[in-house]
Amino acid sequence: MLVRLDGADTALLHALDAPHAGAVRTGMRVRVRWADRREGAITDIACFEPYDGPVTHEAVPHDGSFPDPVTSLAAPARLEYTYTAGRAQTRYLDGLARREVLGERCPSCRKVYVPPRGACPTCGVATTEPAAPGPRGTVTTFCVVNIKAKGLDIDVPYVYAHIALDGADLALHARIGGIPYDQVRMGMRVEPVWTGDGRHPDHYRPTGEPDADYDTYRRLL
Amino acid sequence: MTPPRDVAVVAYARTDHQGPAEGLSEAETLLPVLHEVLDRAGLAPGEADFTCSGSSDYLAGRPFSFTLTLDAVGAWPPIAESHVEMDGAWALYEAWVKILTGRADTALVYAHGKPSAGDPRDVLTRTLDPYYLAPLWPEPASLAALQARALADAGHTAGPDPAADPLAGPPAVADGAAAVVLAAGDAARRMCGRPAWIRGADHRVEPHALGLRDLTDSPSTRLAAERAGAFRAPVDTAELHVPFAAQDVVLRRALRLDDTVTVNPSGAAAGPLMVAGLIRLGEAAARIHRGASDRALAHATSGPCLQHNLVAVLEGDA
Amino acid sequence: MSREPVAVTGIGQTHHAAARRDVSLAGLVREAALRALEDAELTWADVEAVVIGKAPDFFEGVMTPELYLADALGTAGKPLTRVHTAGSVGGSTALVAADLVAARVHRTVLAVAFEKQSESNAMWGLSLPVPFQQPLLAGAGGFFAPHVRAYIRRTGAPGTTGTLVAYKDRRNALKNPYAHLHEHDITLETVRSSPMLWDPVRYSETCPSSDGACAMVLTDRAGAARAPAPPAWLHGGAMRSEPTLFAGKDFVSPRAGRDCAADVYRQAGVTDPRREIDVAELYVPFSWYEPMWLENLGFAAEGEGWKLTEAGATELDGALPVNPSGGVLSTNPIGASGMLRFAEAALQVRGRAGEHQVPDARRALGHAYGGGAQFFSMWLVAASPPVT
Repeated sequence: MLVRLDGADTALLHALDAPHAGAVRTGMRVRVRWADRREGAITDIACFEPYDGPVTHEAVPHDGSFPDPVTSLAAPARLEYTYTAGRAQTRYLDGLARREVLGERCPSCRKVYVPPRGACPTCGVATTEPAAPGPRGTVTTFCVVNIKAKGLDIDVPYVYAHIALDGADLALHARIGGIPYDQVRMGMRVEPVWTGDGRHPDHYRPTGEPDADYDTYRRLL
Repeated sequence: MTPPRDVAVVAYARTDHQGPAEGLSEAETLLPVLHEVLDRAGLAPGEADFTCSGSSDYLAGRPFSFTLTLDAVGAWPPIAESHVEMDGAWALYEAWVKILTGRADTALVYAHGKPSAGDPRDVLTRTLDPYYLAPLWPEPASLAALQARALADAGHTAGPDPAADPLAGPPAVADGAAAVVLAAGDAARRMCGRPAWIRGADHRVEPHALGLRDLTDSPSTRLAAERAGAFRAPVDTAELHVPFAAQDVVLRRALRLDDTVTVNPSGAAAGPLMVAGLIRLGEAAARIHRGASDRALAHATSGPCLQHNLVAVLEGDA
Repeated sequence: MSREPVAVTGIGQTHHAAARRDVSLAGLVREAALRALEDAELTWADVEAVVIGKAPDFFEGVMTPELYLADALGTAGKPLTRVHTAGSVGGSTALVAADLVAARVHRTVLAVAFEKQSESNAMWGLSLPVPFQQPLLAGAGGFFAPHVRAYIRRTGAPGTTGTLVAYKDRRNALKNPYAHLHEHDITLETVRSSPMLWDPVRYSETCPSSDGACAMVLTDRAGAARAPAPPAWLHGGAMRSEPTLFAGKDFVSPRAGRDCAADVYRQAGVTDPRREIDVAELYVPFSWYEPMWLENLGFAAEGEGWKLTEAGATELDGALPVNPSGGVLSTNPIGASGMLRFAEAALQVRGRAGEHQVPDARRALGHAYGGGAQFFSMWLVAASPPVT
């Protein structure tokens, strides 16, 4: 409800504890019920409650200073979301479950997208033609990650690489494993390694083939 | 001083009222809507001089969520493109201004909303003052109820259907997308048999706290309508964005709509969040395209209890 | 078809810091806005419309914050728009505000951009797990580091060019009282020996996370004539976007950036950016982006950007100073960073950049980018009005 405190010119929004809806009417008198524990937040007012009493208070001047002012408040918030993969991504995820990396080809520009997104971003048309690039690919570029991120279960240092699967027209992103991080290089040939029941390949490892020539992948950089 | 350009809505498309098919991503939902609107306007993907969209990260549950829909636009070669974290109606406003500057002759405007991803009752509490309001988690329906109560106390309850639940809010979280194409002058005439000319558009915001406002009125709607030139001549149609039924009477009064005006012929229920306002603009325009209206008002709102309002005046040639 | 010339008559920014615990969200934006209004000797009543921009709302935990900020920005009864174009948003916000004046919809507009990312957690906001994708990275650095490697490979640049940029920008920041990082003891050696975060990008070559806001008053010719100090005049402004990921994307020198710059130069009548532009404020969040953007923006030929940096040309006293303010490497409230570039460019041509003023700066470029290097917004401002 909105309550105009005695002496105020505007109303405050808060909750009112009333026995039932019928007990509430505009114009009724209420008073603050303070929370047992106060932390310097609007919730220090637990709520308002009905109060049968006259107006006894007028606004008095206040210089705005307090012995220990509230300077911050923690307001935890939790929101749950359910995400939809969409058709293209669902096909991709289904393929991954079969340990296949599937892509889609744009009917207009004929480029193969992996992971597929259902729409060709340059042509603005739906991509529904399946394509099966890889499974092997070329490292086009990479970086060595040295800071362990909270929530990521990967030990540092590790190599985060862009990998253009054979037949794909852009690189996907994955971790490189099976080789010391300081020996990874642009042009290295790699293949996916699935472990356990991970949804995605756990990492890509060198195939042992000779490195791809720079000219074969420079346009993918 | 040259007069301002004539800019019109020349095409409009939206997803089905029931919501798009299940299991589609943002780009997959938007793609057919964009194709339809571009086809109607005779533009290829990426051809519009300017593109602007409206959407919300918090609604989607993802930061930078508007980048997902960009895949459906065909932004190659690179396009002049912008985005507002607001209802698509405000994206239309930005695109209208861009055309007025002369730096664009055509614009594609779209909006996407997937409120079903989360619970909008909770999500929308995050739009409130983080110090005094959000910690109370007041749902939009609760805030709207305050407005309904204020109206009842002031004796203004007569709406289109007095028996209707004044708290009737949007239908169960319908998702969707909508798009319009704007064009100036001759381009508009080439693209559309009867362009819906934007004679004026304006938007105004009010103070945020409900306790500072007169909830029985919408001064920002009135002011926006005035500045948009709504009161210069009578309108035959008004498409209003009414998230809660009780707000209908407030808007009608602010916009001075009497019984001669057909209100919300496209449907009373507000559309998907972030899209609903753009839909009102598009529906009003489409009515003009069809010859079912000659001069229409379209309205969009944002924020608790009609805090922020946009009004556009659309006209068709005689 | 004539456009109204747009002038920047007021500029304000906050004292940027890792966390501004002394102000609320409203306090932060008001600090910048009030400084801009004071600079222009205007009051809130003189502002007809407000355009506010910021990056994802998850950074503060407040959705559509313009609604809550409406009161603090004196917008009751006025139009208020909230722009969000990822990292380029500060720039886009300025351009949207400029359009309102250019189209003669409003006469005086306040543009504000901010981020109070200490309130939530920017790292978290940037690293929210993307649904259905394998979580491999945290933070933005890991996303851009592979492209830096590609640049080094493409151009044959020495591996240390990036550290020169970081050293320069952080030293410049010492002359900017508003900048976040004031590293008084910085040396090239400390930069070169700082920990490697995402090889080849080191800790000292990485932007900080800052709380901050920036504001500008944009007005028309009449407003400029009334202004107490010389304005900065807008000679060109543009935005360009390209898809995040697509076949054939050039991550090192995105075409959207090149096209955006070309449009701005064309509007401003610039044919030789290196000679005709006196100073550039470029969005450089990771050191190597300075040489990369120098090429992308036409200041250097393809493959040669690093040579300008190595030669010292981009130093404060060089032939083409870049980021005299200290840039994004010294101050990075994500939503405001783009506008800070635009504002600092304007400060330069108004002669009001204080200790980091480039002498006789008459034309300056402000540049912002966002997303996976896909959203670009730029403007070119000058000390004299555009020829209409």
